[in-house]
Amino acid sequence: MNEAIRIRGGRIIDPYRGVDRNDEDVWIADGRFQTAEECAGRSLRTWDAQGLWVVPRLVDMHVHLREPGQSHKETIATGSQAAANGGIAVIAAMPNTTPVVDTPELVEWVKLRAKTVDLVRVWPIGAVSVRSESEELADLYRMQQTGAVAFSDDGKPVVSGGLMRAALTYSATLTGPIISHAQDPTLSAGAVVHEGQNAGRLGLSGMPEAAESVMVWRDVILAGLTGGRLHVAHVTAPESLEALSYARARAIRVSAEAAPHHLLLTDDALQEWGYDPVTKVNPPLRPDASRTALIEAIRSGLVEVVASDHAPHHADEKARPYSDAPFGISGLETLLSGVITAIINPGLLSPLDGLALLTRGPHHALNIPYRGIEVGEVADVTLIDPKRRWEVDPNKFYSLGHNTPLAGHALVGQAVATIVGGRVVMEDGEVLHAGLSNLS
Amino acid sequence: MIRHLLGLEGMPRHELEGLLEKAARLRRDVLEQPLKKSTLLRGRAFVNLFFEASTRTKTSFELAGKYLGADVVNFQGKGSSVEKGETLYDTAQNIAAMGTDLLVVRHGTSGVPIELQRHLDIPVVNAGDGFHEHPTQGLLDMRTVLDARGRLDNLHLLIVGDILHSRVARSDLWGFLAMGAWVTLVGPPSMLPEGFQTDRVRLTSDLDAVIGEADVVQVLRIQKERKAMAGMPSEEEYRLRWGITPERARWLSPDALILHPGPQNRGVEIDSSVMVDPRTCIAQQVTNGVAVRMAVLARLMGGHHDE
Repeated sequence: MNEAIRIRGGRIIDPYRGVDRNDEDVWIADGRFQTAEECAGRSLRTWDAQGLWVVPRLVDMHVHLREPGQSHKETIATGSQAAANGGIAVIAAMPNTTPVVDTPELVEWVKLRAKTVDLVRVWPIGAVSVRSESEELADLYRMQQTGAVAFSDDGKPVVSGGLMRAALTYSATLTGPIISHAQDPTLSAGAVVHEGQNAGRLGLSGMPEAAESVMVWRDVILAGLTGGRLHVAHVTAPESLEALSYARARAIRVSAEAAPHHLLLTDDALQEWGYDPVTKVNPPLRPDASRTALIEAIRSGLVEVVASDHAPHHADEKARPYSDAPFGISGLETLLSGVITAIINPGLLSPLDGLALLTRGPHHALNIPYRGIEVGEVADVTLIDPKRRWEVDPNKFYSLGHNTPLAGHALVGQAVATIVGGRVVMEDGEVLHAGLSNLS
Repeated sequence: MIRHLLGLEGMPRHELEGLLEKAARLRRDVLEQPLKKSTLLRGRAFVNLFFEASTRTKTSFELAGKYLGADVVNFQGKGSSVEKGETLYDTAQNIAAMGTDLLVVRHGTSGVPIELQRHLDIPVVNAGDGFHEHPTQGLLDMRTVLDARGRLDNLHLLIVGDILHSRVARSDLWGFLAMGAWVTLVGPPSMLPEGFQTDRVRLTSDLDAVIGEADVVQVLRIQKERKAMAGMPSEEEYRLRWGITPERARWLSPDALILHPGPQNRGVEIDSSVMVDPRTCIAQQVTNGVAVRMAVLARLMGGHHDE
C-alpha cells in the first residue's frame, strides 16, 4: 500500500469549507484526503505543521505558460515548477501562445503536456476568437469538452462588441466564463505606462484608466444583456470597480481579479526603476488612489480573485528600449506572498477571507466545484509559513522569466510545501524535477 | 562633476552656468575666429549614434567636435548592424570598444541614452530621446536668451505647441526653471501633459491671454504625423489658435524674444513675416547650438585639458 501523509499541529485554513481551526489533523493517502482509520497500517509520514497554515488548493487563474511556441520565455515544465515553488496547486493557462490555443486539439495538447510534466494541475483556457483576432468565434464547446475551463483572448481585447456579445451569449450554455482583457485599443494606442505625472516627466506615452474602464462597462452591460458569465481580468481602474458594483446590484454574472503588482506597487515604481522596462505591464501600474480603491474592492468582496497574470519574458526582450520591450511581470512565485503582504498581513482581511482570493474565489469565477479538506476530495494542499520575511530575488525563481519590479522588495509569508494530488511537489523551496525538464 | 549629459532635469544651476559660460568662451575663442581649428580635443574621438533622422543636430555636434580638433564618426541606425538584429546596447558597446571617448545618441524612444549609459564606461550625450529630453537644445536656448537679455532670472518663458510629445519643451522647462525663470506651457488641450504644474509652471490653452506677458516665446515645431493620434486640429485651425502670426507678434512686448528649435513649418506654427522679425533669434540659436555642444564635448572629454 502507498505511503500516507499526516499533517498535524497546523492551523487549518480552508476557505472552501469556511473553516479556520487548530484542532484538525490532515490525513492523505491515494491522492485524497482520508480519515485516520483509512491511513492505518500504511507507512506514514508525519508532518509537524506547528506555526504553519495548512490551506487546500491554491489556484492562480491567470498564467502565461508560453508553450506552445514561445519556450524561450517559459515552458509548461518551468511554469509548473514556478507554481509549485510559489505554493500554487492549480494554474489556468492563457491561450495567447504560438499558435493560439483556439482548437480542441491544442487544448488537449496543453493537457497532455502538463500531464507529462506532472507537477501541478494545468487548466487550459481556450481562445474566444479564432487566432484571437476578434473576428470569428472559436469552437468554445468543443474546447470545453477537451478541458478548457474558460475562454479569453487575453493579451488583447475582444475589440468587436458584436463578437463579445456573441461569446457571452454562447457562454450561457457553457460551464466556464468569458475572461475579458478589457482595453480600448484606440485609447491605449502606442501607450506603455499609466497616463499621469510619471509618464509626463519621463516622456513615455501613457494610457488613461478609461482605456480599461470603458471596456469593462461595455462587457458588464453585454453580460447583463446576454446572461453570459463574465470574468474581468487584472482590473485596476476605479471606474471599472464601479461597473462591477453595477453588475452586482443587478445580479449580472460578473467576477473580477486583481494582480498583486497592482496591490503592492504604484506608477512611482517608474521613479525607482527609471527606463528599465521591468515595470512595463498591461494594465500599467497605477497611482496610489487607484491602488487604494482596488484594495478596498478586495476588502469589500467586490473583487473576489487575486491572480498573478504571470507573464514571463526572456531577459533579452526585457532589455529592449522601454517602448519596444514586451509588457508583463513574472508573478507565479510572488502571488501567495503578495496576497499575504498586501491584504492579510495589514489586517484588511482575515487569513480565511484573504486566502479565499486564491481558493474559493477562482473556483467560483471558473464555476468549478471543490470541497476543500474533506474526506474523499483530491488532496491539493499547501503549507505556508505566514511569518517568514523574504526578499524577492528573481535569480532564485524556477520560472524562466526573471522580470519583476518586486525584485529586492521584502514580502511576508511563503509556501514551505506544496502537495498536489497527495504528492509533495515542493518542500522548502526544492521543487521536484518536471517530467519534461529534459525536453524543455 | 557631471559624467554624462542625459537631461537637464535635476541638473544643478552651477553646472548649467558653467556650461553656458564655457559655451560663450568657446564661441568667442574658436567659433568666431577665422581659423577655427582648436587643439582642445585633439586625439579624442567620438561617435554620433543617430537612430532617428536629424540634419541640424548631427551636423552641429559634428562641427562642434571638429572645431575643437576631435575626430568624429557618424553612425546611422538605418542600414546598420541594428537592422541585422544586433541590439542597441551591443552596437553601442562595440563602438565604445573601438576606443571612442564619447557617444552622442539620438533615439526615437524615451530613455535610450539613460539605459545605454548603464552599459558603457564612456560618457553619453543625449541628442534627443523620444519625447523625454533634448538637453543641448535647452542649453542653446538658454545661451541665446542670456546673450540677448543678460539674465534668465525671473524671465517668463512661454513654450507653445505640442508639449506632450516635445523633448525640447521638457529640456527648456527644466533648464530655464533651474536658472530662475518661470514657464507657461501653452498648447492644444490634448497636448498638455500632467505632472508639470507648480508655482513656477502653469499650463493653458489660451495663448492670447498669456502672450503679452512673455519675455521669451519658444515656438515648437508641429509634427503633422501626430494629427490623427493626439487630437490635433487642421493646420488652419492650429495656426488660428496657436500659431505665431504677425498679429500675435504685435502683442508681444518689444523686447521679447522668439525662438524656434527648427525646422519650421512656415505658415503653421510660425509665419514667414515673424521669422524675419528682429526679435526672432533663430540664427543665433543655430550658432549657439554649435557653441554649447563644444562646451559639452569639452566638459565631458576634456580631461586634463579642462580648466
